[in-house]
Amino acid sequence: MSGPALLSVEGVAVDLPTARGNLRAVDGVDLTVGAGRTLGIVGESGCGKTMLSRAILQLLPKKAKLIGRVLFDGQDLVRCSPEALRKLRARSLAVVFQDPMTSLNPVLTIGTQLIETLREHLELDALQAKKRSVELLAAVGIPAPEQRLTQYPHQLSGGMRQRVAIAIALSCEPKLLIADEPTTALDVTIQAQILDLLAREQRRRHMAMILITHDLGVVAGRTDEVAVMYAGRVVERAPTHALFKNMRMPYTEALLSAIPKLDAAPHTPLPAISGRPPDPTRPIKGCSFSPRCRYAAGPCHRDKPQLTGAETPDHQYACFHPILIAAGVTA
Amino acid sequence: MATLELIVSEEVVAGPLVRSRRLGLLFWMAIGWMLFVFAVAILAPVLPLPSPTDMDMLERRAPVSALHWLGTDGLGRDELARLIYGARISLTVGLFAPVIGLAIGGALGILAGYFRGRFETLVVGSMDVLLAFPPLILALAVTAYLGQSILNLTCILGVLGIPAFMRVARAATLTLARREFVIAAQALGATHARILVRELLPNVMLPLLAFFLLGVAVTIVVEGALSFLGLGVPPPISSWGSMIGEGRESLEIAPQLAFIPAMALFLTVLSFNLVGDTLKALTDPRQSAL
Repeated sequence: MSGPALLSVEGVAVDLPTARGNLRAVDGVDLTVGAGRTLGIVGESGCGKTMLSRAILQLLPKKAKLIGRVLFDGQDLVRCSPEALRKLRARSLAVVFQDPMTSLNPVLTIGTQLIETLREHLELDALQAKKRSVELLAAVGIPAPEQRLTQYPHQLSGGMRQRVAIAIALSCEPKLLIADEPTTALDVTIQAQILDLLAREQRRRHMAMILITHDLGVVAGRTDEVAVMYAGRVVERAPTHALFKNMRMPYTEALLSAIPKLDAAPHTPLPAISGRPPDPTRPIKGCSFSPRCRYAAGPCHRDKPQLTGAETPDHQYACFHPILIAAGVTA
Repeated sequence: MATLELIVSEEVVAGPLVRSRRLGLLFWMAIGWMLFVFAVAILAPVLPLPSPTDMDMLERRAPVSALHWLGTDGLGRDELARLIYGARISLTVGLFAPVIGLAIGGALGILAGYFRGRFETLVVGSMDVLLAFPPLILALAVTAYLGQSILNLTCILGVLGIPAFMRVARAATLTLARREFVIAAQALGATHARILVRELLPNVMLPLLAFFLLGVAVTIVVEGALSFLGLGVPPPISSWGSMIGEGRESLEIAPQLAFIPAMALFLTVLSFNLVGDTLKALTDPRQSAL
């Protein structure tokens, strides 16, 4: 961790009232992101990744209840006034969503969407804003940016749309960019391009980034730190290289072994994680991964393990039976 | 399933092509008729027409002649002039009443769909009350107290149209407000006003405009019905509905007096419906393709 934290999330929990009872989507999460650093958040569907990102942005559904503190640049976003929050979002926060089909306004041209955002945030006049838009589109790798300005989102391919969404997010020079599964809706070759683009712009602008994904492969080469989430909790947190070298949490190991390997013989069955994630409206006693964990025994079924650092303070995990042999997977 | 997907993808790819083909001859004929009616109605004072209110008792129910192109009515007034001046009334009421509905109903609908909560309950509830109110009674009450005038008639029909526009706007807003581009705008620090006007309004406007054209058609018919019942514009001003009403008295001797304005009404309403439906069909698949 270099320098003071830009964002620190302290004990954040999100409760969603549902017809089946209270759903705890995020359960006591602590995270920090330093300026210019990248944090990857990994976990399967429904583990609370997106709710956590919405909690950071204070854009939770109206009925959701948020507990805890979200400190950004020394300010607690949870207690900010709506106006102060709006200004803060305009200046320093941005988000890129999973599906560029729905994250762009379908009836406005790319130019209108970009230029208006720029004029609003940077108080440019129409001509300057247009010039800046062309620069931004060129920066995110869109060919013939002048012509794109007059096009509508449905005239662009998925990858192009995601580039436009990134350009809009970058337009106000944010200090923190939250990318919520930015490549899930795209095909594999485009995925790599978009991730490289995000990494390049991040370095150039020295902004912090939270990269949310369900794919450990995506975070491997592109993040400084990784937090693995399961059932609303962070179960393992470590600098990226340390995580891939010595993973401690059986869930992380299971996630990694579920990735198809190129050198495996054809038709090799994938070691899937058996069972399903626990029902978040019915919290279970003990470790929430214990019903699916092959190492689970004794205390796993009785007590919830706390996130603690063992060998190094950077590497934290919540497990009573951590894997102690080095997995030997290189990042 | 496979064939279904195939058909969908073809439609998406051939979007612009299908669109130009779908407009078709009927659509352009409807547009042509609408333009013709509008032009004639607007230019009525400068056209070489006899007065629509001057009576000629010697020429009652006269047949078609060089002087009276469509003959005269039961009081010897020129039928063509009355038809054209009637178009002015029917179109004025038919256009301005839905504008009231579009403005008030559309605004209420977008606000209710975006802010939800108690405001939405209040709006939807009051619209249900308005819908439950018998429209003819309202028209009777207003004309009885405030008198028969074009303004009153427009206002009545406009107010009666508000609930329908509110529902269309609210339904469209409800689905749109949950889309990620709204959350993305919030994350970029957009104000509520900005999200409503710049993000939601352009999207909601498409279905609202298509519905507006259908609203014009319905209003022209309702205005005709009210005038036919004697609740519309006061005589001697003519509207298509009142002309049909007056023509009814001499249906056996001179059926053309009722049928000519009925034909004009029919063609105009059909045109608005055709154009409205075509526009709706154009906006719907585009919305689903996105």
